[in-house]
Amino acid sequence: MSEGEVVASFVVPVHPHTVLAPDQNPGWRRLRDAFDQAAQTIRDLETDLIIVYSTTWPSIIGHQIQSDPNPEWVMVDHDFHDLGSIPYSFNIDAEFAHAWNQANQERGLQSRCVNYKGFPIDVGSVVALTLLNPDNTIPAVIVSSNMYANRSETTVLAKSCMDVIKAQGRRAVAITAMSLSNRMFTDFIEPSEDKIHSLKDDEWNRKILEFLEQGRLEDVGQLSRTIHQQIRVQKVVAFKPMWWLSAMNGNRNDLTGNILAYEAIHGAGGAVVHLDPTPSGVGDKEYDEDDVDYYHGERGVLDTVDETESGADESEQEDTPDHQGPELWEPTEADGSVNTEAAPKPVGAYPHARKVGDMLFLSGVGPRQPGTNDIPGGPIHDDNGNPLDYDIKAQTHAVVNNVRRIVEEAGATMDQIVDVTTFLVDMKRDFQGYNEVWAETLGTVGPTRTTLAIDALPTPIAVEMKVIVHMGE
Amino acid sequence: MAKKTSCLGLGVALSTRESDDELNLGPLAECMGKGKIVAGCIAPHPPHLVYAENPPQNEPVAEGGWEQLRWGYERLRASLADIDYDAIVLLSPHWQTYVGTHFLGLPHFEGLSVDPIFPNLFRYHYNMNVDVDLAKAIHDEAEAAGLPVKMMENPDFRVDYGTITTGHLFNPDWDKPLVVISSNRSTAYYSVEVMQEIMIELGQVTRRAIEASGKKVVVLASNSLSHRHFTTESEVPEDMSKEHITSHAMHLWDMRMIDYMRSGQAQRILDEMPEFTEQAIAESDGGGLSWLLSTLDVPDYPAILHGYGTIIGTGNAVVEWPCHAHEVSEA
Repeated sequence: MSEGEVVASFVVPVHPHTVLAPDQNPGWRRLRDAFDQAAQTIRDLETDLIIVYSTTWPSIIGHQIQSDPNPEWVMVDHDFHDLGSIPYSFNIDAEFAHAWNQANQERGLQSRCVNYKGFPIDVGSVVALTLLNPDNTIPAVIVSSNMYANRSETTVLAKSCMDVIKAQGRRAVAITAMSLSNRMFTDFIEPSEDKIHSLKDDEWNRKILEFLEQGRLEDVGQLSRTIHQQIRVQKVVAFKPMWWLSAMNGNRNDLTGNILAYEAIHGAGGAVVHLDPTPSGVGDKEYDEDDVDYYHGERGVLDTVDETESGADESEQEDTPDHQGPELWEPTEADGSVNTEAAPKPVGAYPHARKVGDMLFLSGVGPRQPGTNDIPGGPIHDDNGNPLDYDIKAQTHAVVNNVRRIVEEAGATMDQIVDVTTFLVDMKRDFQGYNEVWAETLGTVGPTRTTLAIDALPTPIAVEMKVIVHMGE
Repeated sequence: MAKKTSCLGLGVALSTRESDDELNLGPLAECMGKGKIVAGCIAPHPPHLVYAENPPQNEPVAEGGWEQLRWGYERLRASLADIDYDAIVLLSPHWQTYVGTHFLGLPHFEGLSVDPIFPNLFRYHYNMNVDVDLAKAIHDEAEAAGLPVKMMENPDFRVDYGTITTGHLFNPDWDKPLVVISSNRSTAYYSVEVMQEIMIELGQVTRRAIEASGKKVVVLASNSLSHRHFTTESEVPEDMSKEHITSHAMHLWDMRMIDYMRSGQAQRILDEMPEFTEQAIAESDGGGLSWLLSTLDVPDYPAILHGYGTIIGTGNAVVEWPCHAHEVSEA
């Protein structure tokens, strides 16, 4: 299977005029024609997945991912209901949605799938999928825009999406359903009267489009907060879709941009922009901001512990929410040690791995997640030692992913693993599930294996692996 | 300070209107009816409350939860059980319109309402009637006052979950017709001050239209007070050991507003609305509270607090202004 990639990205407007009334205004018609052109490009690229990040689907509990394989309903816009109704029946890639959700959690994000009959797909997603995928032949996935998400959370959301695209070898198109300036006229207007709400909005829109035409997506992402202050209704924090789209493209400034249309929709700035990942040979970073791979932000707000009383600052807290068990340590540094933020912190003074010659020895690796310390599949007991139900398959998958991150940090690959010792706390209950995951993952690589039953592990986990890698030449 | 004369039907009876022409009242100034507002309420709409009630219309099943607020709604319903009224006029912040203020304009709506934010809690099969005549009367009066307004007459329109939640909790039998008013997002476009100016105007025209209609009406503002959510949800959403206000500052703001309500100081609520809305991230940004107080002519008599509680960290109060008990004789 070839490694997956984003073969194109598009910015598209959200309002229903391009679907329901393209001929009532020449500008709306040009936007509709640009949509049609984008749809043809998507087909020509032999795209096998369309991913929509929609600003008109807000969420509160982390990010939500649509996972109903065939959501059907009739969408009517809250403002422009007099333009008519848009019936929809979409082809959603539920398998990808679930994998993305899992990848989000592994990178420390709050995330969930939604699969409910009658779920109201938002106007931005309905417009995008109706026009970009009119015959529904390409499977799609839709993700919400979290009201409280900041840059780091939105960036990590894209990176976890890329994890799955690569793992599944997909040829994906990334879509942001969004306005540029989103200030509409607050009174009713005739279609013929439509124009960008103000000169200031128009100037900023053209500045954004100039950047995009030069392929400077990362620069637009870095300007997001300023753009939001200047030309956005103060409803949704920041111009966040650009953060997501930039991270989907490796935070690059040398894409090949093409502005297919830019017009007003009831005063808001609507544009259809094609961003081709082919390097344009131009573009330079004007701004820079630390990149982020794992989300360490506020997600423990349901806990009753008063963090302000503990005197701990954010950096000290990042690996401690919901933490059961021993204190966490920074991995130790010594000759040949290999440590990474992408793996959970140790529970003692040792490194994640140590390299000796061409051999790499990993410390015992469990399923805890970097950043959050969450345990996929759930802990095996509560704070008081009462046993809990847990999912050994999810835990085993998480162990393998943690092993992968440490191995790759060392510059090695999974197929160089030569020996694994696995520790299970309940052999009778868990061996079968563990063995199935093994067969799907490390079993395809072929290391020798020893599986042992033990009384307990230091944290409330059910499985841990000790791994030896021969890195070779 | 002059005593307010809120909730009164002022003057001459207006017969049932037969044609649109009769509605061009600025129209109402000249032909007042005997309609009146019998009560005004803050009636919050988090879907958790319906979820916890387990009504047959809602698909998910709960083990209870948020009892303080649900009992508050019970007390509100009991308080109004003996009060006769014809219709409910409701402003919902989850029907968000950026271009003017809209009114449901068809007599009947039914369908499935799924909360896009908490679909795990709220998938409600609704069936409701609209008092289109009254909706049109308020619409027309607002239009005459210069406000941008529109009737929503698309039969495919899905009624927002805020309306459904408040509608159910206030009147589970759904035996009274509703007038549903959208929430114009002028706070987001301009400022709380501009929003409040518009909502005070909308409240005044709402009151005039109700008085002219000859109907007895309950007005509901469907909104929370402080509105900072938790961004995580416990495994069992109704686990009340996880429920509390998001911060002490939010609690202080909620209590300050409730104190004003209970002591008949509605004007101070309006005066402090910009600070409250900004600092408590309050759902008053949707205009419901300002509209309600204006509709009630800024009452200076005490409101009844039926319940207060938090829902996923937000502050919510069920509050009644018992207009019927504070009517002032015209004589």
